[in-house]
Amino acid sequence: MSATPAVAGDERVIAVADRTRALERREHPLARVLGLLGLLLLWEALTRTGWVPALFLPSPLGVLATGLEMLRSGELLAHLATSLQRILLGFGLGALGGVAVGLTVGVFGLAEAIGNPLIAATFPIPKIALLPLLILWLGIGEASKVAVITLGVFFPMAINTYTGVRHADPQLLRAAVSFGAGRWSVIRKVMLPSALPMIFAGLKLGAGTSLLLLVAAEMIAASSGIGFLILNAQNLMETTTLMVGIVLLSLLGLASHWLLNRLERVAIPWKADA
Amino acid sequence: MRLLIQDVSKTYRDRHGQSVEALAGVTFTVEPEELVAVVGPSGCGKSTLLNMLAGLLAPTGGSVGFEGDLPPGRPPTAMVFQEFALFPWRTVQANVEFGLEEAGLSAAERRAMAGRYLDLTGLAGFERKYPHQLSGGMRQRVGIARALAVDPAVLLMDEPFSALDAQTRQLMQEELLAIRERTRKTILYVTHNIHEAVWMAGRVVVLSRRPGRVLEIVPVELSRPRTESMLGEAVFVQAVERIWALIKSQAREALREGVA
Repeated sequence: MSATPAVAGDERVIAVADRTRALERREHPLARVLGLLGLLLLWEALTRTGWVPALFLPSPLGVLATGLEMLRSGELLAHLATSLQRILLGFGLGALGGVAVGLTVGVFGLAEAIGNPLIAATFPIPKIALLPLLILWLGIGEASKVAVITLGVFFPMAINTYTGVRHADPQLLRAAVSFGAGRWSVIRKVMLPSALPMIFAGLKLGAGTSLLLLVAAEMIAASSGIGFLILNAQNLMETTTLMVGIVLLSLLGLASHWLLNRLERVAIPWKADA
Repeated sequence: MRLLIQDVSKTYRDRHGQSVEALAGVTFTVEPEELVAVVGPSGCGKSTLLNMLAGLLAPTGGSVGFEGDLPPGRPPTAMVFQEFALFPWRTVQANVEFGLEEAGLSAAERRAMAGRYLDLTGLAGFERKYPHQLSGGMRQRVGIARALAVDPAVLLMDEPFSALDAQTRQLMQEELLAIRERTRKTILYVTHNIHEAVWMAGRVVVLSRRPGRVLEIVPVELSRPRTESMLGEAVFVQAVERIWALIKSQAREALREGVA
């Protein structure tokens, strides 16, 4: 520490050193872009040298070109539309069901007594393991794929909603009741908004799960969709097409995350600028 | 309306089956348009008493009730909470309208009613803000406006300013007295602050430590409106000293016992 004694008048003054420097953490906005760009450049350069055959690692520009070509031919959009339909339906049903069950179990004692052990017992099952059973029950068509996504989204949504409801501030519940709120009012005006942050956390969790289950289901039993596209490309040794599928999936993941974040800001304005 | 508290007792039973007596045989009344303060050492059951009046807790013995006519649609009590208890997802306006919604008023009626009390509490211009955007003092104004908006027969206040800093507290006390002058509200005010109790109330109910009993009801012979200069008057000082004398040994025992 460099506390150099300075002299002011006749008194010796010891300057106070700024100790926060040890905590300093600078942001590097340029490095964020350069890092990503650098990796892509390195990858492109590596494929151009010819050391790595394109069968194992296609070049980024090649993936882009193939992607654009598939977009023009309509092939990409067809697969995307099929997958989107499955995921939106499954996600929507799972989210609605999860919120409804989570609310019911959180509010009513009897529902909690019955529902909690049931959820605890079935939650740990990896949902993809249920796909063969679902295919047996619902057939190999759309229903079984939607159902497995629904199940995957349902559990995090139900558990998060339940937790959110149970953690509603007792002060607010008492305040609502003291101002004449009945049970339905308390659920709608206190418990549900209290649970909203947890519900959104569940939605984000569910979005990741549903993408995973979508691809798995489409790889196991489908003739269309992004999962099928990837598996089929591998069978045909079309590694570039395979990479297009992977990039598309990562874009889907990014888009859903961005969308949910925007939605959260709108739905929870009291947290937005907190 | 008169507020009647007759021989009220409350015994809690904890998880291990042990019973704790919080209040024992508390009796006093609050006359119409009166401001009565309840003070006592910590753990004297002040909040328990208030919760029973608000219908948030049932007494074990005795009764709480009101004497007089209550127009239909008008609640007997409304509460102002210590930690404000505002709904974070509601704007200031929507918070003030909460009780009116539950009373079944139309949107236009709610807006008019809420507007009147937002003006009265100095919240005009803050209607669209959320509670987290306001200072502590402003938040409690919302709490007061929300309670006044339902036009209760008796306004219950549970240490409403104890979460505020000393300067804000002083200002809020003055404002509450000004609001009282204009609305002629009957107020039951619970606090642990003796100065606050004496300065604001016409009578101070002094409770003992657990189980809470009425030690004495100390009248405060200060004229209204109350002014800051009264803080130095002999009447004020004597009332404060009288109450502190009643509470001191009790508070010390409570401190030594080490439980709230």
